Amino acid sequence: MSLNRLSAITRKEIIQIRRDPRSLLIVFLMPAMLMALMGYGISLDQKNVPVCVFDREGSQQSQDLLKHFQASIYFNVVMVNDDYASLVRAIDRGKCSLGLVIPNDFSEQLRNGGEVDVQGIVDATDDNTANLIFGYGEAVVAGYSNDVQLQYLSSNGFATMNAPVSVQSRTWFNEDLDSSNFIVPGVVVLVMAVIGTFLTSLTVAREWERGTMEQLVSTPVTPLEVTIGKLIPYFALGFIDTIFCEAIAVFWFQVPFRGAFVMMFLASALFLAVVLLLGYWISAATKSQLAASQFSLVLTFLPAFLLSGFAFPIDQMPIAVQAITYLTPARYYLTLVKAIFLKGTGVAPLMPQMFALTLFATIVGRMALRSFRKVLE
Amino acid sequence: MLRKEFIQLLRDPRARFGLLVPSILQVLIYGYAATFELHHVRMAVLDLDHSYESRDLLSRFESNGHFELIATLNNRHQITDLIDRGTATLAIQILPGFSELVGKGQTAPVQVILDGTDSNTALIALGYINEIANGYAQDYAKANLMRTAPAIAVHLPDVELARRPWYNPNLESQWFFVPGTIGSILLTSCLTLAAFAIVREREVGTLEQVMVSPISRLEFILGKTIPFFLIATTQMILIMLIARLWFQVPFHGSYLLLGIGTSVFLLSILGVALLISTVSGTQQQAMIASFFFIMPAITLSGFSFPISAMPRVMQWFTYLDPLRFYLVIIRGSFLKGSDWAALWSQIVALVIIATALLAISVQRFHKSLD
Repeated sequence: MSLNRLSAITRKEIIQIRRDPRSLLIVFLMPAMLMALMGYGISLDQKNVPVCVFDREGSQQSQDLLKHFQASIYFNVVMVNDDYASLVRAIDRGKCSLGLVIPNDFSEQLRNGGEVDVQGIVDATDDNTANLIFGYGEAVVAGYSNDVQLQYLSSNGFATMNAPVSVQSRTWFNEDLDSSNFIVPGVVVLVMAVIGTFLTSLTVAREWERGTMEQLVSTPVTPLEVTIGKLIPYFALGFIDTIFCEAIAVFWFQVPFRGAFVMMFLASALFLAVVLLLGYWISAATKSQLAASQFSLVLTFLPAFLLSGFAFPIDQMPIAVQAITYLTPARYYLTLVKAIFLKGTGVAPLMPQMFALTLFATIVGRMALRSFRKVLE
Repeated sequence: MLRKEFIQLLRDPRARFGLLVPSILQVLIYGYAATFELHHVRMAVLDLDHSYESRDLLSRFESNGHFELIATLNNRHQITDLIDRGTATLAIQILPGFSELVGKGQTAPVQVILDGTDSNTALIALGYINEIANGYAQDYAKANLMRTAPAIAVHLPDVELARRPWYNPNLESQWFFVPGTIGSILLTSCLTLAAFAIVREREVGTLEQVMVSPISRLEFILGKTIPFFLIATTQMILIMLIARLWFQVPFHGSYLLLGIGTSVFLLSILGVALLISTVSGTQQQAMIASFFFIMPAITLSGFSFPISAMPRVMQWFTYLDPLRFYLVIIRGSFLKGSDWAALWSQIVALVIIATALLAISVQRFHKSLD
């Protein structure tokens, strides 16, 4: 392999990149936009959930229950309905997310004792949000129930009864359970996966469509030199991009960074190698830019989004799907990123992930080279 | 004109492949991978009290369908290891003296250590834990009361929230995601196909050839767009079949209404594609511009993440996203049996967006050709 020829290819690629300043802008604009978009737009936290109430009794007790809802940070009582039909309308129109129906003999039921039900209606089209809202609602009602029970017991001569059990929970790594600490590292992975493949997926297809590929073939460059030479500038760009994204994560989104910089650089370099080679492979294997872009979107964005553990927990997926996630490089990189950012994990426990990425880089690299060789024939 | 367009598109076997197979794959994977439901949260328990009470409490956690007991520990140090490695998501610890405190009528702590890196899972798991602990507390207190003062125990009130989930009574995440994939797949494939096709003609130079032929501008545009409508319809039918037959997602609404909604949605996507083609000189630029639209469009549409959880400002931006409105139409048609009265505002919004986009791009198109 000739270093001369290699650097010639690299220089040519850099010149081509420089000639298209718009795409250079994209390299920094796109990650910033994506990080802002997803960092703020993706959230699963529900607060101030609007509540409508159809209070069929309107008694002191039912008012007390409503006060509990109003006092909760998760809920906001926004409407009191006079009839069931208007409650239904409000829910269907999206004016409120939780509809409470308090029975018309509420206080009597309380006096009689036993189980007293308050209906909680939620549009469960979005099942996760519905689940969260129900959970919070149940907690508020449980709080009210406790108060009622204490009142009942003390009025019957019992001293305040202690709850026999109290849950003391300590959360590690993400103490405030802030979903942005959980989402933003994932966004970094997503952005790098997309940008990495994006950067290279067009290189070969572009040369082919423009006809400059034949010129390249007629020179004494070897396929390996072309591959490496083309990738070097994109690697540099990608690396700067990664640092850029991580800086946004730490300084803008305040995600804690508890690990070692060296680890982060190493992990990012490995992942970048994988995605760049993947893009290169797609680029070599498909001759049209349209197909290249569609493939790169499907092969990088979707797996990184769905299967890496970014938003959906992998261990809750069916076994068959979990098996597929092992084929997704983004999964390993995400584990590395989260571990380095949030847990401050050292080198040893993360060796399996590093090894997996290295393996991917090798395999994809070989496939890319083979495809490229075929293209030149 | 139509024929030419079709032939061009279908000549590339990879394009044919690329149209249908990724769509099918996407629907299947979304259906199975995309879920926030917790079926088995990995849990470790450490019982240092070894009493009837502690075993009773722990057995409630173990028998709860959401938790999966992966380790019964002997000492506290094992907890650190398990949580650090991610082997367990949470660890429940009962300290010695638990049963004594409970027996004396004092509050006994139950310690839970939670891995917060996946905050959604952690929050939901914590909710379940609190529910189970409260249930235990209630039962214990009630049993005690029954023994000491049965007359009073009988009349102890217990207020509960009765869950009434509408439209998706079993809270199945597939019912939420799979219909939504129709929207995201149509958006992605139609936008890229349309934008690319138009730009490619310009790049390769066949645009001028068409311009000098005796075809009117309208015929030209129609000739380009009808194939895409047909392709989109094919994809949509395919996905709907998978949704209904494979995932068994119910459909309560009106096919006609869905058809109208889809047509207007596709028109708005076409508008975006045309607009993109007027600002892109090369296919690469078209790809970047498409991407710049697709990413926010899908993220802000309520496809996976609730709009209600977004900051106010972002929620306003979602009104510019055709996918947002289309998702309401799709989900309404599938799950809610929504009729014209419920969906007219979505359709009107799509019409407005489509008209505005088409008007702007046709204008720019005229200008760029003259």
